[in-house]
Amino acid sequence: MKVSLNKKILSKNEECALQNRAFFTENNTLCLNVISSPGSGKTTIIVRTIRELKDKMKIGVIEGDIKTDTDAAKIRETGAPAVQIETRGACHLSAQQVTSKLGAISAGELDVVFIENVGNLVCASDFDLGEQGRVVVLSVPEGDDKPTKYPGTFAKANVLLINKTDLLDHVEFDTDKVISDAGKLNPDLKIFQISAKTGQGMNGWYNWLLGLCTKTAK
Amino acid sequence: MHEMMVAQSILSTISAEATKLSVKPISAKISCGQLNPINDEALNFAFEVAAKDTVCEGMKLEVEHIALKATCKKCGKGFDFDIYSPACPDCRSEEFEIGPDAPLLLEEIEFEDNRQDEGFTEQENSQQE
Repeated sequence: MKVSLNKKILSKNEECALQNRAFFTENNTLCLNVISSPGSGKTTIIVRTIRELKDKMKIGVIEGDIKTDTDAAKIRETGAPAVQIETRGACHLSAQQVTSKLGAISAGELDVVFIENVGNLVCASDFDLGEQGRVVVLSVPEGDDKPTKYPGTFAKANVLLINKTDLLDHVEFDTDKVISDAGKLNPDLKIFQISAKTGQGMNGWYNWLLGLCTKTAK
Repeated sequence: MHEMMVAQSILSTISAEATKLSVKPISAKISCGQLNPINDEALNFAFEVAAKDTVCEGMKLEVEHIALKATCKKCGKGFDFDIYSPACPDCRSEEFEIGPDAPLLLEEIEFEDNRQDEGFTEQENSQQE
């Protein structure tokens, strides 16, 4: 006897993602899911963005890490609110985990909420967290082969930040190859070449962010 | 894809259906797209571990990988998009429209034909009468 179901396997995650998206939309807050390998500079990018845009927009952060609240502490040093999710071994955030923290986020007062995912270029991209946009960070020392090796992550992103461009003279990294490979997978991908350490190239990213921020535009 | 999480989700759905129908599941068909691909071997292993000592123990999972359709902007040919080699197979153009990716679905469960009342409650059985 065969029973036809056609049921979405991650439907529980999807239900929570819908709830999260509705929450951010109601509060007119732009929620961005930031995905990358460990050590690409996600936290440094977010910290610099908060500091340099503090007069233009209010930013909050949901930090996902396997353990520790080190990253949330770094965010709080800037004066911005941060909520830590410890996944206790899980290699990515799930929409349920984000739902459980919605009460701790004063979204009404925030223009942008970054969800900094657990460092992982594979699993994180399979889970919709209810974000309105997805940012993938690739840092120069990781190598220029990442879009071809992890195509799913690059195909599903809205923005690619190529970070640590201050190291381009020291490592082999073909920026044109990355732009071409990622563009093949995702013709609509916005790409910014930045160094969150020196600040080089950050303005393009800020302008993109400001352009999407509906509260600020009002 | 995160096969253990997928295995647990499938297991809970199949177990619920098996309880509802009071029959033992034999196999299930899963389908996935190209951007959320399942590793068949990893899923079967994860499911085997998760299903141990449950009504689903011994089940076989079959995974169908559904192609991602693309159309070449240069020669107009429709083709199955290979995310590890993104180019038109005919003219090698790298400009194309990519269609929607298939979702991750539990399509079908096959159950034994004989109802096994053992292990299922009277109430659940009576719902099927």
